[in-house]
Amino acid sequence: MAEVTIKVNGAPVSRDVPDAMLLVEFLREELRLTGTHVGCDTSQCGACVVHLDGRAVKSCTTLAAQAYGAEVTTIEGLAAGEELHPMQRAFHENHGLQCGFCTPGMIMTGIDMVRRYRAAGQELDEAAIRHELEGNLCRCTGYHNIVKSIRQAAGEM
Amino acid sequence: MFQSTYHRAGSVAEARALLDGAEEAKILAGGQTLLPTMKQGLAAPSDLVDLRGIAALRGVTVDGGSVTIGAMTTHAEVAAHDGLARLCPALAALAGGIGDPAVRHMGTIGGSVANNDPAADYPAALLALDAVVVTDAREIPAEEYFAGLFTTALDEGEIVTSVRFTAPGRAAYAKFPNPASRYAMVGVFVAKTGDDVRVAVTGAGEDGVFRHEGLEAALAADFSPAAVDGVEISGEGLMSDIHGGVDYRAQLIAVMAKRAVAAA
Ligand SMILES: Cc1cc2nc3c(=O)[nH]c(=O)nc-3n(C[C@H](O)[C@H](O)[C@H](O)COP(=O)(O)OP(=O)(O)OC[C@H]3O[C@@H](n4cnc5c(N)ncnc54)[C@H](O)[C@@H]3O)c2cc1C
Ligand code: FES
Ligand code: FES
Repeated sequence: MAEVTIKVNGAPVSRDVPDAMLLVEFLREELRLTGTHVGCDTSQCGACVVHLDGRAVKSCTTLAAQAYGAEVTTIEGLAAGEELHPMQRAFHENHGLQCGFCTPGMIMTGIDMVRRYRAAGQELDEAAIRHELEGNLCRCTGYHNIVKSIRQAAGEM
Repeated sequence: MFQSTYHRAGSVAEARALLDGAEEAKILAGGQTLLPTMKQGLAAPSDLVDLRGIAALRGVTVDGGSVTIGAMTTHAEVAAHDGLARLCPALAALAGGIGDPAVRHMGTIGGSVANNDPAADYPAALLALDAVVVTDAREIPAEEYFAGLFTTALDEGEIVTSVRFTAPGRAAYAKFPNPASRYAMVGVFVAKTGDDVRVAVTGAGEDGVFRHEGLEAALAADFSPAAVDGVEISGEGLMSDIHGGVDYRAQLIAVMAKRAVAAA
């Protein structure tokens, strides 16, 4: 068993889990945070993206043990009470989702790209958003409204 | 899901001791290749030795014209390093084109060169830059290090600690990514220092990354995209798979070489 001591959405958690447990299994099965989805389990689709110390990672391709000492943020950690995060609100207002399966990963990826481009002083235009979404697949929307949502949120975050 | 004992190493020496002491241990770097491989049942290490906690293996150091990149430096860190972007923008751009942002936040240069996937990007850069792969035991020139499909000169339990090279005069990398996987269908890295030109090709060779002597000679005489037209790109030794045949890959080598020369 491996000891996993991390912060999830601001709250400290410590568990002994099987050594090779994936971070996404830890979140969904140990902590019952089922907002993080498993779409492919082959590292392609990005439905499982969470933030590890503030950076987007695929939680199906990370061991829980690798996150030792880190801070993890999931989709459940974004809203402040009833008030949605600007990225969540933008997806809602722009019809940035249909079935919603890819949405948690899209939102976590969207927030990550906005933060990175801002820190680097680069403009996050439509082409950049599409390029940044290379690791996130959506089978419903055709991406247009996802791109629109991220553009709107980039101006509000 | 899979059985494996996890170890967190605090130093290279400790990692080496853990690797030597276990039955079939594997190093865990970013996990972006190893974990998918384990899920597919293609690897089943008894033990995993995680190097993430070893700070000494992380970071880019620029000293005059010499660049050293620690094995645990992520693709995102290489892509975003200011000093490297000035000295060798071709390598920073290559790192920024690997996979997708989430893969780049975890995947490392050490893991990539240890894995030596025939369609990976870094091997082309290391070979064209005449880089040295530094391990816990020795220094291995790239030329000797890359030894075929998923094969390197590393001994059992040997740990890549860094990669070192001298910045070239001019260089560029052009990649034609497979639209589904983002790996290179063909990638060509061109580096010119003085009169010396080195051209390395990834994604195309049956035995993995290779240098193209015909292109090197033509570009040493005339470093221009037009010079590529005079070079015959033989299909011998090239890979053929569901993504593309030998002729297609040979054609892509010429086109990527031209683009790289134009961008250098
Ligand atoms: C969706 C996706 C897309 C990708 N696209 C690309 C792409 O376009 N181009 C590309 O080049 N790659 C691509 N990759 C692979 C990615 O770059 C990996 O990060 C890289 O191949 C392996 O690095 P890692 O740090 O994740 O290593 P790991 O997966 O942890 O390890 C890989 C192997 O190397 C060994 N190893 C790791 N570190 C060391 C070390 N320091 N010394 C000795 N052995 C070591 C491990 O034991 C293991 O056998 C992609 C991966 C994914 C999941
Ligand atoms: S479930 Fe992790 S990338 Fe698809
Ligand atoms: S909204 Fe259904 S997969 Fe994206």
